[in-house]
Amino acid sequence: MAIFVDDKTKVVVQGATGHQGMFHIGEMLDFGTKVVAGVTPGKAGQEVHGVPIFNDVKDAVDETSANTTLVLVPARFAKDAVFEALDAGIKTVVVITENIPFHDAMEFVHYAKYNDAVLVGPNSPGIASPGKSKVGILPGGIFLKGNVGVASRSGTLTYEIVNSLSEKGMGQSTCVGLGGDPITGTSFIGALDAFEKDKDTKAVVLVGEIGGTAEEEAAEYITKNISKPVFAFIAGRTAPPGKRMGHAGAIIARGKGTAASKIKAFEKAGVKLAKFPTDIADLVEKYG
Amino acid sequence: MKLFEYRGKELFEKHDISVPKGKLVKNEKDFSGLNFPFILKAQVPIGGRGKAGGIKSVENLKDAKEKFSQIMGMNIRGCTVRKVLAEEKIDIEKELYLSITLDRSKRMPLIMISGEGGMDIESVPDEKIFKEWVNPLIGIQPFNIRSVVSKLKLEKEEEKGVAKVISKIYKLFREYDCELVEINPLIISKDGEVMALDSKVNINDDALYRHPDIEPELVELTPLEKDAKNKGIAFIQLDGNIGVIANGAGLTMATLDALTHFKGDGGVFLDLGGTDDPEKVKQAFELMKKAKPKVIFLNLFGGITKCDTVAKGVKAVITKEGIDCPVITRIKGCNEDIAKDILKDAGLITAATLQDAAQKSCELARGA
Repeated sequence: MAIFVDDKTKVVVQGATGHQGMFHIGEMLDFGTKVVAGVTPGKAGQEVHGVPIFNDVKDAVDETSANTTLVLVPARFAKDAVFEALDAGIKTVVVITENIPFHDAMEFVHYAKYNDAVLVGPNSPGIASPGKSKVGILPGGIFLKGNVGVASRSGTLTYEIVNSLSEKGMGQSTCVGLGGDPITGTSFIGALDAFEKDKDTKAVVLVGEIGGTAEEEAAEYITKNISKPVFAFIAGRTAPPGKRMGHAGAIIARGKGTAASKIKAFEKAGVKLAKFPTDIADLVEKYG
Repeated sequence: MKLFEYRGKELFEKHDISVPKGKLVKNEKDFSGLNFPFILKAQVPIGGRGKAGGIKSVENLKDAKEKFSQIMGMNIRGCTVRKVLAEEKIDIEKELYLSITLDRSKRMPLIMISGEGGMDIESVPDEKIFKEWVNPLIGIQPFNIRSVVSKLKLEKEEEKGVAKVISKIYKLFREYDCELVEINPLIISKDGEVMALDSKVNINDDALYRHPDIEPELVELTPLEKDAKNKGIAFIQLDGNIGVIANGAGLTMATLDALTHFKGDGGVFLDLGGTDDPEKVKQAFELMKKAKPKVIFLNLFGGITKCDTVAKGVKAVITKEGIDCPVITRIKGCNEDIAKDILKDAGLITAATLQDAAQKSCELARGA
């Protein structure tokens, strides 16, 4: 098992014929992902790395039984793309696109919930279940199959942490990039819940950052519902309040969402915290 | 983007929400047509201007001239006042607080209303703030409004007036892609009119493209930050003396944290993002040089961004222009070996781990 994506995952890529789409279809195929279709309006009949392109998601689902979509379309078309996929019956939606207006994200996150679909992102690097499937733009070479579940709000930092786990021989069941935007479909809680139920996952690593209260809520959830060991790293301990540090998620406002409050909440929940991102691997090795 | 009060009020008027009569005054001539007494309000995109002396009531022309010259150009917590709003004085019966914002955990618009308006909402106790969440798929419904308005204990007519304002600001919040619409105070005048005496409207930057009627506000950035913004590079100047270049906001923040751990201070936050374009790396490194940090710390994890791409960009700048401060590098990931060779060749220091690199940077910054 794994969470959200596995060997039964059949991916349709929305925005398949752009530069990013073509590159990542190739990368996903190399990883072993079943990429069964691409969608770009007006380009039906073309192929990308042998994957057939359709005009819309419904056609792609009818022809290929795709059950998961990877959304790579530009920000201003993202809402339409997600609605289209959900209406076509897709149950797992991974949104990579960044800079999506948050009112759009709010709408499609609710529509996904209404359709009982899992939505990861927006502004997510994707999901990888080593040995099974990768749906996203995470660099494939860093992963190793194993029993550590990783959920993260940060992109590069995740790669760094996954890489250090793999170097120490600790593989991953699934790594979920939740996305750095203020509004995301799946939060730490959604990922924790799935990891708790997944029998391949023996320990969970959370990578958080300043801004919002997702970590504090996760801490509360861990206390009540999670029996597996949880480890965490929080970025932005020294970020100045009120400054936007690179992307929308990372802003401290009105004294809330500080690293200190997140660390305190995690410590209270018995989560082991790393000082440096690369220390996570040592902690998991020692206590995992 | 935070709008100035007067621009927020323009949007209120467009949505049929009453505001006091007023206009921007640029010089003394603009006072003609205003009835005394009126109020002069400094236009700055931050709170606390009343306490700082940015809001003054004026009785006559002489008084107005004097106070106008005090407010114009005044510095309020780092913001220089360049615009002043003159507004009629309203006789207030009741002061309320009203806002709609985004609740990140519920992923829903959140309405907050309180009978304790006029003061800082952070200092109002929780049980006196009434909250209601709106499902964005169905939009605001009468029951949403009833549930909060009924708790305010207002007269029937007042309730109706406040209910109308809530439904109008919800419309504004959604139509203009707002992160926040706040009215503090929302007042009921002696004549029974419900009016917005202040406005805080914050529009989501990512949605500005669909609001061509909203002119961009001039944000106070340093010249280098402006330059970076034009080039699409996330670049923030901080107080310390170590310049950090990394890829991804999380990794860049984690790098600053590591410096703090070794008692150093980040001076620049430069996030290369997911670029794989050597030209952009070159521009970023040139910007960093111009910020004149004492030490530059390059921390890379190559995934989508390939380590050698970045190394080539950095080497190009150093070979062409030289460098007058030490550069510590720590490179991991895709093509790291090629990158390390390029950087060594350019005369830079390569460290094995994040900790080593951070420690070395801090020592050099202290002049050790």
